[in-house]
Amino acid sequence: MRISGFNPVSVEILSKRLRTLSIFIVIILTALVLRLWFLQIINGPIYRTQSDSNRIHLQRIPPLRGQIMDRDGELLVDNRPSYDLYLIPEDMQDKEELLNKLYRLISLKPDKVRAILKKHSSRHPFRPVLIKKGISREELAIIETNKFNLPGINPQVKAQRNYIYGKLASHIIGYLGEISEKQLASGKYFNTNPGDLIGKYGVESIWQNDLNGMSGGMQEEVDAAGRILRVLSRKPRVPGLNIRLTIDKDLQMLAEESLKDKEGAIVALDPNNGKVLVMASSPAIDPNMFIGGIDKDEWNRMVANKNYPFRNRAISGEYPPGSIFKIVVALAALEEGIVIPDDEVTCTGIFTLGDHPYRCWKKGGHGAVNLHRALVESCDTYFYKTGIKLGIDIIAYYAEMLGLGKKTLIDLDHEEDGLIPTSEWKLKKWKTPWQPGETVSASIGQSFLLVTPLQVARMISVVFNGGMIYKPKLVERVGNDTEEVYRFSPDLIGKINVKEENLELIKKALLGVVKEPHGTGSMANIKGVNIAGKTGTAQIINLELIKNKYPDGEIPSEFEDHAWFVAIAPVENPRIACAIVIEHGGHGGSVAAPIAKKLIKKYLDMEKLLPGSEQ
Amino acid sequence: MMFDRRLLQNFDWVLLLLLIIISLISLLNLYSATFPIRDSGGSQIFTKQIYWFLIGFAVFLMMTTFDYHALERLAYPIYFLSLFLLILVLIKGKVYSGSQRWLSISGIAFQPSEFSKIAVVIILSKFFTSQGEYTEYRLRDLWRPFILIVIPFVMVVKEPDLGTALMLVIISFSIVLFMKINWKSLFILMTASMSSIPFIWFSLKGYQKKRILTFLQPDTDPLGAGYHIIQSKIAVGSGMLPGKGFLKGTQTRLHFLPEQHSDFAFSVLAEEWGFIGSLTLLLLYLMLILWCVNIAKNSKDMFGSVLAVGIISIVFWQLVINVSMAIGLLPVVGIPLPLFSSGGSSVISTMLGMGLLMNISMRRFMFQ
Repeated sequence: MRISGFNPVSVEILSKRLRTLSIFIVIILTALVLRLWFLQIINGPIYRTQSDSNRIHLQRIPPLRGQIMDRDGELLVDNRPSYDLYLIPEDMQDKEELLNKLYRLISLKPDKVRAILKKHSSRHPFRPVLIKKGISREELAIIETNKFNLPGINPQVKAQRNYIYGKLASHIIGYLGEISEKQLASGKYFNTNPGDLIGKYGVESIWQNDLNGMSGGMQEEVDAAGRILRVLSRKPRVPGLNIRLTIDKDLQMLAEESLKDKEGAIVALDPNNGKVLVMASSPAIDPNMFIGGIDKDEWNRMVANKNYPFRNRAISGEYPPGSIFKIVVALAALEEGIVIPDDEVTCTGIFTLGDHPYRCWKKGGHGAVNLHRALVESCDTYFYKTGIKLGIDIIAYYAEMLGLGKKTLIDLDHEEDGLIPTSEWKLKKWKTPWQPGETVSASIGQSFLLVTPLQVARMISVVFNGGMIYKPKLVERVGNDTEEVYRFSPDLIGKINVKEENLELIKKALLGVVKEPHGTGSMANIKGVNIAGKTGTAQIINLELIKNKYPDGEIPSEFEDHAWFVAIAPVENPRIACAIVIEHGGHGGSVAAPIAKKLIKKYLDMEKLLPGSEQ
Repeated sequence: MMFDRRLLQNFDWVLLLLLIIISLISLLNLYSATFPIRDSGGSQIFTKQIYWFLIGFAVFLMMTTFDYHALERLAYPIYFLSLFLLILVLIKGKVYSGSQRWLSISGIAFQPSEFSKIAVVIILSKFFTSQGEYTEYRLRDLWRPFILIVIPFVMVVKEPDLGTALMLVIISFSIVLFMKINWKSLFILMTASMSSIPFIWFSLKGYQKKRILTFLQPDTDPLGAGYHIIQSKIAVGSGMLPGKGFLKGTQTRLHFLPEQHSDFAFSVLAEEWGFIGSLTLLLLYLMLILWCVNIAKNSKDMFGSVLAVGIISIVFWQLVINVSMAIGLLPVVGIPLPLFSSGGSSVISTMLGMGLLMNISMRRFMFQ
């Protein structure tokens, strides 16, 4: 054996070198320890959070939106179950076969599903993937009966807004739409997430934060594949508050039926407190259409629709009041002492100012009429003459006093002002002075005058309830069993300052409109009930002027007059005031008055105020 | 061989104790790492590893029964045996996930490349011992060891097992550096290896390039190739000071950590036992390695010292590379943590090396 010992020099060199080696080893391992210090101590909390977010999956449970009811608590809007189709990629056995089956069963296009699955990360094969939103009940039934044959397919239930009666009161209730990024960023919408539906119009929009509720959540522990292992904690959702409207569902239904295939609006108020009993506008759109999202073409078609189905004509439809305005002129004349009630004016059918003739609607005229008869038979000549004596500014003063030409401040968006012209307004707007002829037109509710049906309904209320001006409101209560954030209380915003006897004269005359044989509103008459009212026929254009263009008498409907009727009953104890406008409907007395009759009859019947019904 | 009572007196209990402690910690950690997959082969991995350790300690003891100087004489036969096994693996080896590394002998699979590391260490020890006088080496003196290293290196690259090939280079270089190479030669060697980087890069396979790229920028593909690095760092970091507790590492239990019982076994420990645990383990390794350095120092001859340094470098560099990988300092290369990652070949080759160190330690006072 060869001996390979060291010489002493080698031993010394070797130990020196081994010492260097030791130092090197210590330095390197110290570097590793420093790195561990950095990861585990300095950045430890950050990595702890990351490991938690790895394993904890937050499942949001969207809140249940509050219900909307009519004044009796009858449901108008609730939430119904809707089914979404999910696919758990790990559980499907043969992808192509499954896609083919889905196509055969519910015509779900395989390409669509493939595209969705492609976008989904393959790292979480147990996380359900939404492949179809809102499948129908029939489709659900098909899926359920074939479930054994569809591994990985998983229908899940969620709550979807349901407008039980479709179009009913849709202009008041409004509709939902997906929250926009801007709205999300605004911070005005509590408890909302991207993709949530929020109220975009009407009560749904105004009471959004109360209806919405609070979402709940589940903390689930998941593994790397996305498989849910257990629920760590659960926070229950808080349902949104319910809203009870002042609207009566049956009355609303009747009003909307009366407007079927017509354009127009109906408003009914409780004259004693401003509660809105009916607010109908036609045409309307079924808000259920917007739930699943609506495609752009359809939306554009609806927006471009000439009939403006989105417009709530009751508050944003501005119409000339026509003869309804005679109530204002009559009150102004009495208050200003311009007329003595029993003094008669002769109506020949034509009133001439300068060399311009103004016609009364009754050819040949009414003969000698006093104030009472002038209102009952709606004599234009009487009011031409009265109006010219008053002047436009005084007329405007009384019109505004009765709440015309400015927003009623009802609890809805998109209300319009209407317009009560004054000489000052004319000069400012048109740079020409007010013409006496314009006063003549204005005296019978034409010229520049514009009012909304809601203003008109409130005006008649004010005349009959002792001069009280209430703010119209349509929400009775917002709350649930344990909580109440709002309850209706009448909001008296003014009281007109006129002589009682003058109001009595007008009230008597308006009763005569319905009750007397020559009254223009006799078609609204109900035996045994004291209904008062006033007809109106608002001109779009002077039909006399264009008559020649259409020799066969077929005047296109867009030039036809708007038919008005405003009514209140019973006179001695007013319970319902209503205003009806039918666009291009023709005469108020024949078109609008019968609708008022039906409404009032039904309401008084419901309230057991109809003669013969139980007290 | 004669039995000498002094051998028993010189038995290195410290070395054995350190090995037993590290092995027990390793088994405890492996129990946790395989716990989440215990129903799908995990418990099997665990019990197998117990057997590997038992075999490993048997090999350890076997390595003490002969005088290590026999290795000096048998260096070439051992070297050629390892080459033969490497050739065999290329011809008959089992292909597993794209590379041919495994040789199956009567049902037990092992990786010849693991043993080629020790064969290379033995043959280099013999070479440097035979050089007689202790001097600085120049490049031209090193042509023989160069050839001896290149042959197994090429064969391991062929498998391909780049991790082990890299280890062969690092171990050999460590020994050469330890034996002292003159500065000029070192400079030439460094320049040569630097300039070969582009060639190495282009010869790498796609997944290997990707690993290196994602190591440099793990955030570019957090769900793809960078996933392993990110998840391992999260596991280590989220352990914080005290750790999440035994069997309570969420990264481990919920499968976020990849290769948790093999390459990333250290991350499991760091997650569940925190900084205290990982520091303790690194201290144990440091004690083991420094103890081995001490054995090298106390060896009564050159061959023993160089052999010891070679074995130390195997353990040390595997430790450094594996832990660096787990804590995001190096790209993911499949290098096991000695005694800690699951797998038989690594345990047995490590225990074999440790047995040789024990052999050297036991014979430190013997004169022949």
